Amino acid sequence: MKNRRLLMFSMFLVLVVFSAGQVMAKPITINWWHAMRSARGEICNYMIKQFNESQDKYVVVGTNKGNYDETVNAGVAAIRAKKQPHILQSFEVGTQTMMLSGAIYPVYKLMKDAGYDVNWKDYLQPVLSYYMNSDGNLMSMPFNSSTPVMYYNVDLFKKAGIPLLSKSEAITWDDMEEITAKLVKSGVPGGLVTAWQSWTQIENYSAIHNIPFATKANGYEGLDCELTINNDKVVNHIARLKSWMADGRFFYGGQKYQGPKAEFLAQNAGLYIDSISGIAKLKKAVKDFKWDVAPLPVESWMKEPQNSIIGGASNWVLKGHSKKEYEGVAAFLDFLATNRMQGYWHMQTGYFPITLTSYKGLKDVGYFDANPFQEVGIKQMTRREPTKISRGLRLGYFIQIRNIINEELELVWNDSKTPQEALDNAVKRSNIKLREFEKTYK
Amino acid sequence: MIKRSIFKSRLLPYLLIFPQILVTVAFFYWPAAQGLMQSLMLSDPFGMHNTFVWFDNFIALFKDPLYLRSVVTTLLFSAATAFVSISLGLFIATMANRALRVKALIRTLLIWPYAVAPAISGILWLFLLHPSYGVVALAIKRWFGVDWNPVLRAGDALTMVVMASAWKEISYNFVFFMAGMQSIPKSLIEAAAMDGASPFRRFWSITMPLLTPTLFFVTVMNIIYAFFETFGVIHTVTQGGPGGSTNILVYKVYQDGFIGLNLGSSAAQSIVLMSLIILITVLQFKYVERKVQYTG
Repeated sequence: MKNRRLLMFSMFLVLVVFSAGQVMAKPITINWWHAMRSARGEICNYMIKQFNESQDKYVVVGTNKGNYDETVNAGVAAIRAKKQPHILQSFEVGTQTMMLSGAIYPVYKLMKDAGYDVNWKDYLQPVLSYYMNSDGNLMSMPFNSSTPVMYYNVDLFKKAGIPLLSKSEAITWDDMEEITAKLVKSGVPGGLVTAWQSWTQIENYSAIHNIPFATKANGYEGLDCELTINNDKVVNHIARLKSWMADGRFFYGGQKYQGPKAEFLAQNAGLYIDSISGIAKLKKAVKDFKWDVAPLPVESWMKEPQNSIIGGASNWVLKGHSKKEYEGVAAFLDFLATNRMQGYWHMQTGYFPITLTSYKGLKDVGYFDANPFQEVGIKQMTRREPTKISRGLRLGYFIQIRNIINEELELVWNDSKTPQEALDNAVKRSNIKLREFEKTYK
Repeated sequence: MIKRSIFKSRLLPYLLIFPQILVTVAFFYWPAAQGLMQSLMLSDPFGMHNTFVWFDNFIALFKDPLYLRSVVTTLLFSAATAFVSISLGLFIATMANRALRVKALIRTLLIWPYAVAPAISGILWLFLLHPSYGVVALAIKRWFGVDWNPVLRAGDALTMVVMASAWKEISYNFVFFMAGMQSIPKSLIEAAAMDGASPFRRFWSITMPLLTPTLFFVTVMNIIYAFFETFGVIHTVTQGGPGGSTNILVYKVYQDGFIGLNLGSSAAQSIVLMSLIILITVLQFKYVERKVQYTG
C-alpha cells in the first residue's frame, strides 16, 4: 500500500516536471550534423555558441558524425528513420545525390520563406554555382570551400636559379616543364607531385581551360550526361605528366595528400599541388625550408584562364520539420554568413570567406598583407565569371567515378596503360555508373 | 554415459532456445534477407526511389571486368595470407615447443600481436613500408637500392597488405599449433627418436599427421579472416589501390555501398561474397576433412 502511494507520488512529480517544461517558453532546438572534427570542430562549436548567445529563441546543437562519408551515411540512416536533423553537412561530390534525394528544403526557398532578402550576388560566385540547380537557384548553403593551388620550395628554387613565382599570374605548363627540368638538374630528386589527382589534374584542369568534363554542361542539365575527359587536351596533359616521370620531373605520391605532402616536406619534390587547406598543414610541418604559394599552371594557349573549382562541403536543410524550426535554421544560416563569422572562419581554417563583403573586410584590415598565402586561392577562383563549364560538376555516383579516374590514372603511372587507353576506359566505366544512376532516379 | 535431462513440458525446450533464435534471426537472418531484397533493387540511398530489377545488379557485376579481377585478387590475397601465416605459425610453434628455458615468456611474447586490431597492424606496417615516410622502405632504398614502391606498383602493394594481414594471424595460428603439439603424446616422438628418426622425419611423420585437425581448423579460420577481417588492413594501407590491385571483395562492398552509396550493387556483392564463403567452407569440410586424422 505504501509502495503504491509512493509510486503515484513520483509519477505525479514527473508529470509536473515535464508539463512545467512545456509551459515555459523553451527555445527551439536546431540540430546540425557536421563532419568537422578536432580543431575545425572546436571552431564550429565556437560559432554555434556565438549564435546561441546572440538570441534566446533558438538553440543550435552541433554534432560531429565522423568524416564526410560517415556524416552522409548518418544522414541517410536518419532520413530513412524519419529522425533527420535540420541541417546536414555534405561534401561537394555528394551534391547530386543530395539534390535528387527528395529529402531537402532548397536553401534559396528557405531563406525566402523565412523573409530573408539575401544578396546572392555578394557571394563568391564559383562557390555558389557549385551548389545551384540548372535554373541558378541555390540548393544548399556553402560552408567550407577550398580550391587547389601550387606550393613550391623557395630554397630549392633559389639553389636551381629559378625566379620565384607570382602569386597572382599563373605560370604556363611550358614554364613548368623548364622549371622542373632545372630542379631535377640541380640535384632535387623530383619536380612536381600532386595530391588528389582527379580533383587537381582532371577536374580543375578542365575547369581552368574551359574544357567540358561531361556533356549536358557537366551534368547540370540532365542525368543523361556522359563523361568527356578522354578529349585530346586532357589526354595530352596526362601524357605530358607521364613523360616527365622518366626523369623525375613528375612523380606519383598517392591518391590523397599524405604521400605527396611527405615528399614535399622531405624536399624530394620542389613543387606540390594541393588544396588551400594545405597552408595550415605546411605552416605546422615545415621547419627547415621556405615555401610559397602560386596559382595552378595554365596552358600557353589559354589566354584567359577560367576560375578553378572548389572542394569542400555545404550545409543542406532537410525536410520534415515545422515552420518555426525552419525560421531558426534560416536565422542560423544567416548568422554564419555574417562578416564577423566568415572572417573568423577564414582566419581559423583557411577556407574561403563566403561573401565578397567579408573578403573585402579582411582585406581592409590588412589580413592578406600579413597572410599573402591565403589570397592566392581566392584570386585564382574569382579571376573570371564562371562559365557553364567551369562552374562545377554535377554527376551521380561521383565518388565512384573519382575512384575510377584514380584507378585508371594509376595504371598510366605504372606503365600498364597509355593515357588514351586509360581515359577512354575511365569514360567507359564512368558512363556505366552514370547510366545506373540515371535508371535509379527514373 | 551421456547425461540426459528430460523435460516434462513440451514448451519449455522451445522457450529455452527462444532467446538464441531471436538473436540469430535479428542479427543474421533478418539482415541477410534485407540484403537479398536490396540486391534485387535499384534504389537511391534515401530509399525514396526503389525499382525492382530482378538480377540486373548481379548481371552487371559479372559483366564488370573489375569485379572479376577483384575476385581473383581476393583469392590470391587470401591464399597468400593463409599460406604465410600458417607456415610461419607452424614453424614458430615447432621452434617454441623445443625452447626450454624461457618457454612461457617466449610464448606470451609471440601471442601479443594477436591483440593488435587489423587497422592498427596496417598502420604499423605503413609506417615501416610507405615509400615516402616508411622507415624500412627508406632504409632499403638507401642501402640496397631496392626500388620499393607500393603506392605505384601492384605487386609491392599486394605484398605489403599480405604481410600486414598475415603478421597478426601468425600469433593466432601459433597458439593453436602449440596447443595441438602439446596434445601429441611425447612417447610417440621419443620412440621415433630412439628408432633413429631425424627431427625433420619425426615432424613430418608424427607431428604433422597428428596436427591435421588443427591445421584444418586453422586453414578455415585463416581464409575467413583473410576474406573479411582484413578490411582494416586494406583500408589503412592501400584503400584498394594502386589501380585497384588490392581491392578485395569485402573492401569493394564498402567502397560501393558505404562511400559510393550504390546500395543495389553493394548488396549484390555481399550476397556473392556470402555464397562464396559458404561454398569454400562446405568444400573444405567435404574434401579436406576426409584427409584429416583425428586421434581416437
